Amino acid sequence: MASTGYQPAPRPIQPLPASTISTDPTAAARIKRVAATLGLLIAAFVSSVPFYYMLNLALQEKGGYGLFDWPPRMVPEWPLQLHNFPDALSQSPFGRYFLNSTIIAVLSVVGTVLSSSVAGYVFARMRFPGRDVLFIVMLATLMVPPQVTLIPQFILFKSLGWYDSWYPLWVPHWTGTAFAIFLMRQYFKTLPSELVDAAKIDGANPLMIFWKIFMPLAKPVLATVAILVFLGSWNDLLGPVIYLQSNDNYTVQVGLAFFRGQYTMDIVSLMSASVVAVIPPIVIFMLTQRYFVRGIVLTGLKG
Amino acid sequence: MLLAARTERLRAYKRLARILSKSNVNEGIWAYVLLIPYLVNLLLFTAGPVIAALVLSFTHYDLLRPPIPAGIENYARAFGDRDVQAAFRNTAYYVAAYVPITMTFALFIAIALNQKIRGIVWYRAAFFIPVVTSGVATAIMWQIVLSKLGIANYLLGLVGFRPVDWWGYERALGSIIMMGVWGGLGVLMMFWLSALQGIPVHLYEAASIDGAGWWGKFRHVTLPMLTPMALFLMILGIIGSFQVFVSTFVITSGGPGNATLTLALLIYQEGFTYFYMGYASALAYMMFVIVFIVTMIQWRLQRYWVFYE
Repeated sequence: MASTGYQPAPRPIQPLPASTISTDPTAAARIKRVAATLGLLIAAFVSSVPFYYMLNLALQEKGGYGLFDWPPRMVPEWPLQLHNFPDALSQSPFGRYFLNSTIIAVLSVVGTVLSSSVAGYVFARMRFPGRDVLFIVMLATLMVPPQVTLIPQFILFKSLGWYDSWYPLWVPHWTGTAFAIFLMRQYFKTLPSELVDAAKIDGANPLMIFWKIFMPLAKPVLATVAILVFLGSWNDLLGPVIYLQSNDNYTVQVGLAFFRGQYTMDIVSLMSASVVAVIPPIVIFMLTQRYFVRGIVLTGLKG
Repeated sequence: MLLAARTERLRAYKRLARILSKSNVNEGIWAYVLLIPYLVNLLLFTAGPVIAALVLSFTHYDLLRPPIPAGIENYARAFGDRDVQAAFRNTAYYVAAYVPITMTFALFIAIALNQKIRGIVWYRAAFFIPVVTSGVATAIMWQIVLSKLGIANYLLGLVGFRPVDWWGYERALGSIIMMGVWGGLGVLMMFWLSALQGIPVHLYEAASIDGAGWWGKFRHVTLPMLTPMALFLMILGIIGSFQVFVSTFVITSGGPGNATLTLALLIYQEGFTYFYMGYASALAYMMFVIVFIVTMIQWRLQRYWVFYE
């Protein structure tokens, strides 16, 4: 980073439109603002109350509460059964699923970030015959429903002997994904082109230019892609359901989906397992949310 | 002296031009070398399978025996299949409800959040956490929240409504749509917010000078400036919502009856429960064609309503 001495100019942040900053203390403005806040509060309540309920059920005493109790308990009884969470993890085989999901998600993230950033750089910064056609083909693949490619991919992976392994779930990520490449390309487009010329004169090859100059400047978009891939991989159900067969290989999502039946009478365990399953995405989101908006550049997309 | 300096500089420029032009020749080779991973992706995981699926859709294939040519049998069968009709109908309802509802709600929330309001981080988290946790756990959570003796009916009861059979034949699809909207709001809100903040202030100032009030500014500045984002969200939203799977797979398995059978779920069942790979490919292709046509129509219609500065 320091070696280049160049800091990315922050993307110009437009001040809020004048109309949205209520500085005039007129009654109309105040009413508008109160209405907006009230609406937001209601929406935020609806948005988060299911989570509260899930957490509430997860903290009940095991066996002390069932689905058929009326009225539903709105607050957990004291003391909180905090041990439900470590219990859910240690309850075989859920801890195992947790580990599997983590490994697959990390491999997918690393692969996508590396491969998509290179491709995004090539599309954004290099001139070569066929670039525009290839780029349009790539955008067109965004339209293809995954169900179309699912079956040929399944046949391919099965013939490679990858059925019931994790390979089909993370290896494709190492070749890049269209959406990630697109995001990267949009971001690299915003960086000054003088950087390339300067480096060329110093005799750097494109790979070095990309790795030494552009990669360190791309942190926001790298973070954005990493989060999206992590979430996609962690929450993926279709892939694991299709490719994984043995219990030891299951991910959290398959484990929860298939073993839901076993727990139906033990709603507290099911809910504490569910809470544990959503912790990694929430932690990742909290840690990286400030990058989220900055990494998405849509400008220059005119039809 | 001056001349010597000039010649020196000229020589330097020539050297520079040589380096740059030589690198232009190499650049094409480098570009394709660096693109090898993506070309592999295109060949093995994207474009290749798209062609392979088309071929497969004209065969009967069960993974065990080699594919048997089937002509248009799969497509013919699909047109008479009640499950397929139900799946297309349910998916169409889902898309037609999910996309406009989510886009509108998300826009309202984004406009409200675009004001100076205390605790913005908490609101953001409240709307975004449903997005990041869109897995099986939240599906199970919703199943319980909307169960007959669940918290939704309890809260409705407190304000005097009768309990609702959320997962019954009449309501199940509506519940699935509601879950989708709940899970999709956060992302769309973020996109709207970035579009709102990208509107130049001088446009609002100009509108003020013209005597435009709050509504006038919204109608003649905000809305037109948001149309490119609206198109983008609509196209991606429709493509994405055609693929609704987790909620129907986990909660309803398409039931009761066929009430929540969606295309993605049906394709999964035909392909990976019954191993009718050819039939599943045909269904996937029909879905692809519809998505493609809908996207093209939107792309063509944009000139009537999308405003580019």
